[in-house]
Amino acid sequence: MQSGFLILAQEAHEIQAGDGGWWADTAGIMLVLPLGAFLLILAVGKRMKYDGGEIAIGALAINAVWASVLMVLNMTEGVLTQTTFVIGRIGSGLVFELGWIVDGLSILMYFLVSVVGLLVFIYAVGYMKGDRRVPWFFAAFSLFAGSMLVLVGAPNLVQMIIGWEGVGLASYLLIGFYWEDIANVKAGNKAFLVNKVADVGLVLGAIILALAVGSFDFFDINEAAISGNAELGAVAVVGALLLFFGAMGKSAVFPLHIWLPDAMAGPTPVSALMHAATMVTAGVYLMARMFPLYQNMAQEARTPMIVLGAITLFGVGLLALVAKDIKRLLAYSTVSQLGYMMTAIAAGGYTASMFHLFTHAFFKALLFLCAGSVIHAVHSNNMSDMGGLRKYMPRTYWTWIAGSLALAGVGLSGFWSKDEILSTVGNEGYQFVMWVAIAGAFVTAFYMARATALTFHGSYKGQREPHESPSVMTVPLILLAIPTVFAGLLNIPGFSWPAIGNFTEWLAVRIVPMGDHHAESIDWLIAGIGLLAAVAGIAVGWAIFSKDRDRQEDRDLFEIPVFYPLFRRGYYIDDVALGVVGATNGPIARFVDWTNTHILDAIVNGVGMAVKHLGGFVYGVIDQRGVDGVVHGVSAAADGAGSVLRKMQTGRVQQYAASFVAGALILVVVFVFVL
Amino acid sequence: MTFSAWISEPINWVFLLVGLIVLVSGFRVVTAKNVVHAALLLVAALAGTAGLFLMLAAEFVAWVLVLVYIGAVIVLFLFGIMITRAPTGQDEGLDSEKKIVPALLSVGVFLLMAWASIDAFSTTLVGGTGDPISTELIGESLLGRFVIPFEVVSFVLLAALIGSITLARKDLTPIEEEEGQRV
Amino acid sequence: MILNQFLILAAALFAFGIYGLLVRRNIVLILLSVELMLTAVNINFIAFESVFRSSDAIGQVFTIFIITVAAAEVGIGLAIVLMIFRNRKSANVDDLRLMRY
Repeated sequence: MQSGFLILAQEAHEIQAGDGGWWADTAGIMLVLPLGAFLLILAVGKRMKYDGGEIAIGALAINAVWASVLMVLNMTEGVLTQTTFVIGRIGSGLVFELGWIVDGLSILMYFLVSVVGLLVFIYAVGYMKGDRRVPWFFAAFSLFAGSMLVLVGAPNLVQMIIGWEGVGLASYLLIGFYWEDIANVKAGNKAFLVNKVADVGLVLGAIILALAVGSFDFFDINEAAISGNAELGAVAVVGALLLFFGAMGKSAVFPLHIWLPDAMAGPTPVSALMHAATMVTAGVYLMARMFPLYQNMAQEARTPMIVLGAITLFGVGLLALVAKDIKRLLAYSTVSQLGYMMTAIAAGGYTASMFHLFTHAFFKALLFLCAGSVIHAVHSNNMSDMGGLRKYMPRTYWTWIAGSLALAGVGLSGFWSKDEILSTVGNEGYQFVMWVAIAGAFVTAFYMARATALTFHGSYKGQREPHESPSVMTVPLILLAIPTVFAGLLNIPGFSWPAIGNFTEWLAVRIVPMGDHHAESIDWLIAGIGLLAAVAGIAVGWAIFSKDRDRQEDRDLFEIPVFYPLFRRGYYIDDVALGVVGATNGPIARFVDWTNTHILDAIVNGVGMAVKHLGGFVYGVIDQRGVDGVVHGVSAAADGAGSVLRKMQTGRVQQYAASFVAGALILVVVFVFVL
Repeated sequence: MTFSAWISEPINWVFLLVGLIVLVSGFRVVTAKNVVHAALLLVAALAGTAGLFLMLAAEFVAWVLVLVYIGAVIVLFLFGIMITRAPTGQDEGLDSEKKIVPALLSVGVFLLMAWASIDAFSTTLVGGTGDPISTELIGESLLGRFVIPFEVVSFVLLAALIGSITLARKDLTPIEEEEGQRV
Repeated sequence: MILNQFLILAAALFAFGIYGLLVRRNIVLILLSVELMLTAVNINFIAFESVFRSSDAIGQVFTIFIITVAAAEVGIGLAIVLMIFRNRKSANVDDLRLMRY
């Protein structure tokens, strides 16, 4: 693994880009359209034929055309403009501006949000038909799309935070969309609170960086990072880590990933667009936007980012192995893929990370929509109620297969983007992380094989006769399958398409150009190892799970008779792990027993078992006890403090007034005599 | 300015008298055991204040104070007292028992403000600086420079009018309405 | 006449108002105390106006505004007291303790 074939591409000041003309100058309309749709749906949605869905789709269709035009312009000549309007001043010197950036990076996000969003919206018309509060669903969904565009179009940190909070609000509203069930409400609250904790980091980081540089502008901050501004240098690491902390919440990086699996309580289109394709990538986008800061100034911040990214991509990926709910499985998978993106960008792979973001948006949205189609057919999220759906829903099946192969990194778009990440990480000198990522690829293929087998193969186990979804749902699936298959070809290392170039070149067009490390040719060795790991994962998963059984639960187990009781114990690994942590009265002995028997067993099952056990352990101990324990501890502390402090809330108005007078008096005395 | 020089001005005798009335009645407003007495003592305090306004070349405001406050607001208060059937005789339960903290706080506020005044304006004199401010000037100011606040305040008054009617109006139950119609 | 004699008188009135506000239990009496405080503010405005004459008589204009708003406040306040009294048969703030833990 020589680094000879990688170049530190210093495109810095060589980029020739057009200004995009009218399309870029008025791109701000894109940001406003979905927000307008939000208000319009609230006003007249109930009276529309499709409950306001047509308004939301109309707004996003215009955006999709617009973003596609910008995309083509960027492919052919490059687009680089920034339009801002001064809204007000903050203190002395800092300016509050709103506006929009149109460069390769933001065009990519405009394109993803608009095009994937449009397809998901069309799908949602079919999916939500006859459901409760559909106008409100489309209104909140439009609010999300608008806020997301405000976020990705932001020329400064302030506008980004505005969009950031907007998508957080929409996420909260849509996770708790079925608020009749208290569990959904709690999931929404959890997502909101975890994100709020992270947002503190984002806001503090933004303030620290802005005060050092004297501007909230991405352009100014990144220019200062490139030119080695001393004032920025003093706070760069702290600011960068705080921003990363903010990104951890939105992009579900371990240990702040706990909200995302619960967020699947929302309707499936929401999971597809927000909690897989776009919103959760906001953190990665922020990292990419601030890339020069991390690359040039805050190198010390990159190590914790890589470590957390690697833990996320492998450790959380394991959890997908034990998930019974198909959406939960996909959610763990999303967290794992976000871990890949974070790792890549922390290792300096700007292009690799954004390319994976790009392909992941298509295939993960596709997988979620397929899952939604299945759920629509069998009226259950649980894979134990599925099986054999291949015969009933062929379109869903084949698109699911395309998405699964892409996610597993076998051949389709995911192969190219994951390979790009692997080679970038490896050649940046993070060998160990690269091997972790390869192991993660194995796990990914393994659980996707499991999900495919349990859902679509064998015989049907549910109650109702399943049926293929209507065209309004399957057509978006097929349309999403096209980029899922072919998007990888846009960035074959070292290959440039005639007239349009390749993805690396499009993304290099940025307001503050900064060369990154990307592959200049295909690294066959790493690509081969990655592919091998994925194929092995599929093979192992298929060998274990493809046999049909009377009950889905049995298929989910290992079928060798000698092994079966042991598996039952492994199946309750959560309880064992909890017992070990809680008390030491025996479960460790069972644990040793389990391990002994495990060694005797067949290799295929052994590998699968170990991985599965590890998944259960990570889920049971680290996730449930460790991470959730910390979260609960914090809340218990707040609860205790509250029960002491609430005694002050006597309800006696005059005590409040006395406190008020005393406070005013003390303040005046302090200001007059002390300061 | 020495005290003897100050006391030799006849107008300061008037101030001492009026100020004493204001202070004593103001103090009694917050300590009186009788609710109606408190309201009537506020009349005395406000009347004294109007006198002070006259000394300070503010004739118009002085009469506004008398008309609006003594003529209207106090009557409103007396109505309020009567409607809420507050005890009209002596009542020990009017004040809360904990008086020390409020007393300390108010003394603190007084000392602070007094110190600030003495610190800033110990030599500033009042009077002899011109004629009383004419009502004409106030009117021009109200309908000139301050016309928008003036309109806003009139709107506030309207809102308060509607608000208090809405709040105080008793919604009759259906049975009461029927009875009202029969009567 | 010096300015301070008015300012200190107003400060004393204001302090009385605060005392009444914090000590009185009857809501009507609390409103009376608020009126006392407003009057103290008015005295300050008028006193300053008579020393530092402004071309628009700002001090007196603001006094008029304060009087107007105070009248509105009393109207609304007494209407609220009336509502409370009607619902709870009491005009005592100590009985209004719903807003606690």
